[in-house]
Amino acid sequence: MNTLQQTILTNKNNNLSVFFTAGFPSFESTKEILEILNTTDVDFIEIGIPFSDPLADGPVIQHSSTVALHNGMTLERLFDQLVEIKDQISKPYLLMGYLNSLLAFGIENFYRKCNESGVHHIIMPDLPVNEYLEEHKPIADKYGVSPVFLITPATSAARIKEIDKISKAFIYLVSGNTTTGNDSSIQTEAIQKIRKLHLKNPLIIGFGIKNKSDYSAACKLGNGAIIGSAFINKISGSTDLQNDIQEFISQIKE
Amino acid sequence: MKSETQTSHGFYGKFGGAYIPELLFNNVDELQKNYERIMRSGEFKKQLNALLKDYVGRPTPLYFSEALSEKYKARIFLKREDLNHTGAHKINNALGQALLAKMMGKRKIVAETGAGQHGVAVATACTLLGLSCVVFMGETDIARQAPNVARMKMLGATVVASMSGTRTLKDATNDAIRYWINHADDTHYIIGSVVGPHPYPDMVARFQAVISKELKAQLLKQTGDAEPDYVIACVGGGSNAAGAFYHFLKSKKTKLIGTEAAGKGINSHQTAATLMVGSVGIIHGSKTYLMQNKDGQITEPYSISAGLDYPGIGPLHAWLHETKQAKYYAITDQEALDAARELIRLDGIIPALESAHAFAVLPKMKFKPTDVVVINLSGRGDKDLDTYLKFI
Repeated sequence: MNTLQQTILTNKNNNLSVFFTAGFPSFESTKEILEILNTTDVDFIEIGIPFSDPLADGPVIQHSSTVALHNGMTLERLFDQLVEIKDQISKPYLLMGYLNSLLAFGIENFYRKCNESGVHHIIMPDLPVNEYLEEHKPIADKYGVSPVFLITPATSAARIKEIDKISKAFIYLVSGNTTTGNDSSIQTEAIQKIRKLHLKNPLIIGFGIKNKSDYSAACKLGNGAIIGSAFINKISGSTDLQNDIQEFISQIKE
Repeated sequence: MKSETQTSHGFYGKFGGAYIPELLFNNVDELQKNYERIMRSGEFKKQLNALLKDYVGRPTPLYFSEALSEKYKARIFLKREDLNHTGAHKINNALGQALLAKMMGKRKIVAETGAGQHGVAVATACTLLGLSCVVFMGETDIARQAPNVARMKMLGATVVASMSGTRTLKDATNDAIRYWINHADDTHYIIGSVVGPHPYPDMVARFQAVISKELKAQLLKQTGDAEPDYVIACVGGGSNAAGAFYHFLKSKKTKLIGTEAAGKGINSHQTAATLMVGSVGIIHGSKTYLMQNKDGQITEPYSISAGLDYPGIGPLHAWLHETKQAKYYAITDQEALDAARELIRLDGIIPALESAHAFAVLPKMKFKPTDVVVINLSGRGDKDLDTYLKFI
């Protein structure tokens, strides 16, 4: 069992994760944000690989991607930054991105680099489960990397069970049928139904989680939450990342 | 013998598939499960055929061009898709999908558009069938295609400016897909070409296949043989070419020719010739050739013709190209303008700039005098008058 699984199980229902895009607001801020988050009460961290065409994302994350690419961020440079800093970060971190970035980097190369950079889990929303099993799993396993899959309140029970079987750390439960950062409310009833499936993996809720009350709701329904757009809004234009990030996290998790 | 066109998972060889976030899974799954059944049903066929005939004006004529035949020493026929209602082949797909959406119980339509031709066709189909219509269009394109924006609005569509990315067709497509994610229950997404996740490439090709279906009957009547020696069509995403090729995909006789937009030249970095300069990756949920940098970021295409200005290409064409079942040429802006001028002066037809790219391949080909050559004249050039006035 690696540290992400231990972390999530230890925290039971109170996991808090934040998402930020690598290379935003500045090229060098990836490392700075990781270092600051490492001192907060955040439990694990998601780092976004900036992509030109992020289909599942709303305007805030799209914009952060555009800025990051403008700042010169690439997957290769992100891996370099992670290799430099990995020994100083004790909290688990994952990569989240789109399949085209992985394919352009090369499948084997990507998983090898993940391993060297301290990344043991990835989130690729457009990687189909079948294709993962057939073309990625043997290589990903070799390098100790496993994917986290998304489900929504509309995903069928059969499909959720299939995803539960092949998932290792947690299942990413999207709050509703929405792109990231929308003002949609958490679909409570549908999520309670999913809980009754008695899955082996914890459920971490994301998309549209923006404040303490959303977070508390997610902790009651699932095993915690991921905050993306609201966190990116907080660091966008920040002149004091240290202070702003600490303030944001302490407001969510007192 | 050409191999099977598609497998059940929507792959043409290694191209195609459905690389979509889970958020889209149910939308796409519902469509995958229903489109073939509905398209095969007698009621759907009856309604669509009646609309194509009486509303769109099909069958479109197959016109023998004496002047082009004389010049290029072959028997050259033009398939007149430019004579369709709304001015291009786009209406074949827009009307088909709008009717399909209605039969699936949807009340709203979302679409993307680049130059506005697909947007106008969708807005028209929605008005006719009583569906509400939202069209995403890049902010940059809205500024340079004002007449089509006005047409869509007049037809009652809501035109939304895409402010993401580079604010052109690929971004309008992203935003239309995002809108679909956020309005899954009552909305159908009408994609404008043979691109996107399965079943779109197959479904759109089938709606456009009416072109080659008519061609076979017309050729048989006019030449005595249903199969021509060549079919030539321009390719952006590739829907008019897919429709013109469709019933000849298994023909041993017919050679299939596609023409991409080279823009200012395939080595100029201002090009939309995806097969020539692109590499394999994922765009809009489909594995195909696309224009990207080495980090996998999708790059902005360029062509004088807004309708060919797409950084990807339908997976059917990627597969036909890789297996050499069709041959693709790259046509520069200048070559397309020269071909347009020639068609205007010789035959009195003002073609769309997109379609002019198909005609521009004629000087590059070597025909036998007996060869029957069909050029798919996919659209009319009214929308391109400003460009023509400036350059020819």
